Amino acid sequence: MTEMKLDKFCLVGAIAALLALIFPLAGIDADTGKQVAFVSDIPGLAIAMALCVIAGAAFTWLGVRSVISGVIILAVAVFGCWQAIATLYDHGVAGFAGTGFWLFILSLWAFVWRGIDVIANYRSLETAKQQIANVTVPVAFGFWLLFVWEVLVAGFGVPQVLLPPPSMIGVRFVTSTDIMAADFYQTFVKAVLSGYVLGCGSAFVMAIAVDRVPFLKRGLLPLGNMVSALPIIGVAPIMVMWFGFDWQSKAAVIVIMTFFPMLVNTVTGLNAAGKLERDLMATYASGYWSTLFRLRLPAAMPFVFNALKINSTLALIGAIVAEFFGTPIVGMGFRISTEVGRMNIDMVWAEIALAALAGTAFYGAVAYIERKATSWHPSFRVRRH
Amino acid sequence: MTLKQVVNNVAEMPASKNAVVDIKNLSLTFQTADGPVYALSDVDLTINEGDFVSFIGPSGCGKTTLLRVIADLEKATGGDISINGVSPEQARENRAYGYVFQAPALLPWRSIERNVTLPLEIMEISKEERIKRAHEALKLVELNGFEKKFPWQLSGGMQQRASIARALSFDADLLLMDEPFGALDEIVRDHLNEQLLKLWARTNKTVAFVTHSIPEAVYLSTKIVVMSPRPGRIIDVIETDFPRERNLDIRETPEFLEIAHRVREGLRAGHSNDE
Ligand SMILES: Nc1ncnc2c1ncn2[C@@H]1O[C@H](COP(=O)(O)OP(=O)(O)O)[C@@H](O)[C@H]1O
Ligand SMILES: [Mg+2]
Repeated sequence: MTEMKLDKFCLVGAIAALLALIFPLAGIDADTGKQVAFVSDIPGLAIAMALCVIAGAAFTWLGVRSVISGVIILAVAVFGCWQAIATLYDHGVAGFAGTGFWLFILSLWAFVWRGIDVIANYRSLETAKQQIANVTVPVAFGFWLLFVWEVLVAGFGVPQVLLPPPSMIGVRFVTSTDIMAADFYQTFVKAVLSGYVLGCGSAFVMAIAVDRVPFLKRGLLPLGNMVSALPIIGVAPIMVMWFGFDWQSKAAVIVIMTFFPMLVNTVTGLNAAGKLERDLMATYASGYWSTLFRLRLPAAMPFVFNALKINSTLALIGAIVAEFFGTPIVGMGFRISTEVGRMNIDMVWAEIALAALAGTAFYGAVAYIERKATSWHPSFRVRRH
Repeated sequence: MTLKQVVNNVAEMPASKNAVVDIKNLSLTFQTADGPVYALSDVDLTINEGDFVSFIGPSGCGKTTLLRVIADLEKATGGDISINGVSPEQARENRAYGYVFQAPALLPWRSIERNVTLPLEIMEISKEERIKRAHEALKLVELNGFEKKFPWQLSGGMQQRASIARALSFDADLLLMDEPFGALDEIVRDHLNEQLLKLWARTNKTVAFVTHSIPEAVYLSTKIVVMSPRPGRIIDVIETDFPRERNLDIRETPEFLEIAHRVREGLRAGHSNDE
């Protein structure tokens, strides 16, 4: 026999799906003493399991080589995921999931893993196709994680106070858009953006001054390290006393948090231009400001953007935590702290999701501007002859 | 101005009339952690207007340092130096020279064209004029068509040519070049040497040119300065009298070979001193 390589993931998927058909789908209801549900009563699930067995067996022999086979596998898995969710909620299996159900989830896991793997290794010279593949991988992976979360929480009947399923968080998210929009406006638009601009902007200007005056460099930078080590929980109440309950005190906390990363990075960046380039500017009798704008600031940009990216994350954390110490009755941090007290955990999670989205988008925007502004830097260069 | 200074100035006048660079008894000692490094000692040299002067010598003999002193990038620790009759600092502020470094030193965030216009921008020359001059300079080094490229998209030799275009763009009368062709292959080098000679013959610029290569020095120069290390000093100055318009064929003439021989002897003598 010539060498025959079996696709192990598909093999696991097929066997697990086959066993899922045999093992009990759900546990025993303590009140009635009967098994909650049977595969034979749920045609959609039975079809999905059968499909997994067939597709798994087929691809175990054929191997998953092309993107098309990866997409077919993923499609089978998506259909399976849909049927698994329906089984949980429409057939009363939620909280009673049995061995058969978990074997089916194991089977789906094997298919999703194999499918994403194939697409992740896809290489195309056509940028459009490559980009679709590049986006599909994280999106598919993200959805899979949400699905696992949903299935685990629902299948084991985890109390919602401990961990609500993502579907519940999603529903809460879309039904509370007005509250969330107000919180977002208060925390992100007012506090984060103003604090970020003020903190980064003033630190940038200060860095140029520090660079020019040697004693500031030696005196201020060590002091700066001390300030940046201050615990935010200590600073926030003081800022609330100084600047009041509204967004101004949160912006002040953000200014303190973002100031020194920006200062230190910019001062470092201003010294990034090489000696040769400085000599070059000297041969043109270029003045201080001319050299600053034509050589030293452009050379400092990678460092400046580094600080801008670090600070985009710090600013959001700072604003949310600072709101724990007094705030008008709106804001993401305020909402989290009060809804925890009222056991509305789904609302807390919805705010966490909002914070994650806002933080990612903010960071992404800064990173995008960085790519455009410092496209000359070796880490971004693309050869285009 | 004291009487003595006036008298001195008057006395120097005839000598410095045509002298672009006038160096007397110059020395430079670097203070390092391992003790003093005598980079230049007792250097006397006059470079006249229209001269093409080559500096040749083993590495570490102070060629770069001497060029940097002329450019006011390094301060002499002893002796006198004047450029166009004024101090190097004054000359630098007058933008009296264009300097070509050993490495291209192009700014990576600027296109080739904007690299070449950099000095013009600093000198506050109008935009149309800047672009016009950049195109002329790039044409001289045969880089026309590469204006919009970025430095990292060009080969090392092309980058060095761009840096020469940059030094030419503002049309200084004095060109200081520190092994500008050191990293290039021989064919490109011959070609650029020819271009440089043509430019020099046409414009009456004064050129100070550091090189490692004896044929290059003899071919290009009106004056060859042979240097020797530890301490860095001048051991021979050879004047040549080839016509200003010359071509690569002169490298086969007996005269050429004789001068090359004398340079080699000088280098050898400097070297044996060392042992
Ligand atoms: N900035 C500096 N500090 C200390 N020593 C230096 C410095 N620059 C050059 N030197 C020393 O001066 C000597 C002459 O150097 P350089 O002018 O670069 O020689 P060349 O260009 O002829 O190879 C060398 O010994 C070198 O190590
Ligand atoms: Mg050198």
